[in-house]
Amino acid sequence: MPAFDLTTLAIVIVGLMGGVLGVVGYLTLGERKISAWMQDRLGPNRVGPGGLLQPLADGGKFFLKEELIPDHVDRVFYLLAPAVAVITSLLAIAVVPFGGTTPAPDPQPTVAAFDAAQADYRSHFSAVMAPGLDVGVLYVFALGSLAVYAVILAGWSANNKYSLLGALRSSAQIISYEIPLGMSVLGVVLLVGSLNLERIVAWQAPQPDGTHHGWLVLYQPLAFLLFMTAAYAEGSRLPFDLPEAEQELVGGYHTEYSSMKLGLMLMAEYVHLVTAGFIVSILFFGGWSFFGLENAVSDPVWGAVLKAAILIAKMLSYCVFAQVIRWTIPRFRFDQLMNLAWKVMIPLALFNLVCVIVVGQLGWPLVTLTVTSAALFVGAGLASARGSVTNPRRAVPKLPPGLPAGVTYASR
Amino acid sequence: MPLAESDVRWVGEPKLGFWEQLYLPAVVDGLKTTVGHLFGPKRTEQYPEQEPKLPPNYRGVHRLNRDEAGRVKCVACYMCATACPAHCIDIVAAPAPPEWTDREKYPETFVIDELRCIYCGMCEEACPVDAIELTTLYDLTGLSREQMVFDKEKLLSVFDTTTGAGTDPVRTRAGRLSPSSEPPPAR
Repeated sequence: MPAFDLTTLAIVIVGLMGGVLGVVGYLTLGERKISAWMQDRLGPNRVGPGGLLQPLADGGKFFLKEELIPDHVDRVFYLLAPAVAVITSLLAIAVVPFGGTTPAPDPQPTVAAFDAAQADYRSHFSAVMAPGLDVGVLYVFALGSLAVYAVILAGWSANNKYSLLGALRSSAQIISYEIPLGMSVLGVVLLVGSLNLERIVAWQAPQPDGTHHGWLVLYQPLAFLLFMTAAYAEGSRLPFDLPEAEQELVGGYHTEYSSMKLGLMLMAEYVHLVTAGFIVSILFFGGWSFFGLENAVSDPVWGAVLKAAILIAKMLSYCVFAQVIRWTIPRFRFDQLMNLAWKVMIPLALFNLVCVIVVGQLGWPLVTLTVTSAALFVGAGLASARGSVTNPRRAVPKLPPGLPAGVTYASR
Repeated sequence: MPLAESDVRWVGEPKLGFWEQLYLPAVVDGLKTTVGHLFGPKRTEQYPEQEPKLPPNYRGVHRLNRDEAGRVKCVACYMCATACPAHCIDIVAAPAPPEWTDREKYPETFVIDELRCIYCGMCEEACPVDAIELTTLYDLTGLSREQMVFDKEKLLSVFDTTTGAGTDPVRTRAGRLSPSSEPPPAR
C-alpha cells in the first residue's frame, strides 16, 4: 500500500467529495435543461447567466425548507435512512480512479521483492482516494447493494403505504439487477485477471511490451449493454424508476421526507450515477486512455490533469447519455422489469461469461468475443421473437363474439 | 339497437417480432426523436421580456370608447348592464348636456367591477353604440379589491392607453351614434 499521508489524503478526500457533489449539483441542472430542450422548452435560465446558478438556489431551498418529521414515523430509522443513502454512495467513490493511475504491482515471490515493488508503486502518483485496493470492483458493488438498505429503511420507517410499496419494489428490483450487474463484469474481470480498477485501466492502455488491447467495450459489447442497463436499474434511473414512480406512488420511498433529508436522498441517487459513470468509463472505455491523447503532454503534473480531464469527460458523457435515455424511454411495467432481469439479462450474462471462459481457455483471439457477443444478442432476439423465453405462447381463450359478460346495452 | 357482430372488431395484443425483441432499434428510434428535439427550435416565450401576441378578439380589460369630439360614446342605455351575466356593471344615467345634441342621456358614473367580471364579452355585443369594448390588456393587477373597481375615468383612460399604444384600434369607425341614441320622437 502507498504511504499514509494524512494531509495529502485529507486534501484528496475534500477535493474529490467537493468535486463529486458539485458535479451532482450541476447534473440536476443538466437534467432539467436536457428535459426542457427535448420538450422544445428553454429550461431554467433566470438564476445566474443561462441558469448556471440554479443548483445553488435549489440547494439553498432545500436548507431553508421546513424540516418536518411526521409523528407516525419510526424516528431512529427515519433519521438513519438519508445518512445511510449518502454514506454508502459516497464511500463507493473511494476506490474509483478519477485520473491517471499506475497499476498495482503483481504478487511477488519474496518479501524483499514485495517491498521493492510496493516502494516503486508508492513513488508513482495515483489519482485514487484509496489506491491499490485489490478488491476494487467487489467493494464498489458491495457498497452499491448496501444502498438498498437506505431505501428499505426509509420506506419502512415512514409508516406510509406509498413509501413501503416503493421500498418493496426497490428491494426486489435492486436485488434482481445486482445479478446481471455482477455477472456482466465477471467477463471483464476474467479477461484482465484482476479486480483492481487501476489494473483494469492499465490493461486497456498501451502495454510496456508494445501490445495494445484497446478498450474492453470492443470485446465485451454485450457485457457493456447489460452492465449499463443494470446500472440504470440499480440507480433507479428512469426506464426503471419504479421505486419512486411519481404517478403511482406519490414520491415512492421518500414520500415522507422533506427539507435537506429529501435533498440527501436525491443527492445519493446522483452520486450513484456519477459512480456508475466512472465505473463504466473504467471498465469498458479505457479509463484515462483516449487514442494516445493522454500522452500528448510530457509534463507529469499537466499529464495527470489531462488524464483526469479525459476520465471525467467520459464520466460526464455517460451521465448525459443516461439523462437523454431517461427522457426518451417510458417506464417499464413491474413484470416486464422482472422478465428483463431474470429471463433475458441473467441468462445472457451467464452465456457471455461461458464464452469468455471458453475463449480464454482455448487461447483464441479476443475478437472472437466480439463475435460471440453479437451472436448472443441476435440469438436472444430470435429466441424471444419465437416466443420461447420472454413471452411463452399461451393459448389465449378466444372471447365469444358479442358483448363481454355483464355488459348490456341500454334499452331504447 | 344492438351492434351487428360483423361490426365488432376484436383487437389483440400485437405480436413482437425479431426486430422489436432486440429492444435496441426501438431505443435508437426514440433517441432519434428526442435528440432531434434537443437541437430543434424552442417554443418557450420569455414572458416579461417577450409579450405574447394576442388575437385582436382577445377579451381582456374593458374600455369606454370616445367619439370624435373626445366625449364618452356611451348613451347610458343600460343594455350592457342588463346583458351582463355577472352583474358587474353599474351605471348612473344623467340627461346629456344641452350642447350634446346627438343624444339625450350620458353616464354620470360608469363602474365595472373587474373582479366580478367573467370577461364573456356580452356587454360589447349588447352595446348599440359600440361604446364598450374589451381590449387585449391581460396583465390586470391591483393591491386591493377597491383598486379593481374601475370607474368611468379609468375606463376612458384604458381607451386612451390602448388606442395610443396601437394594440387595440377602435373597431368601429362609423363615428355616428346609432338610432338608439336619438331622442324619442316628439309627441
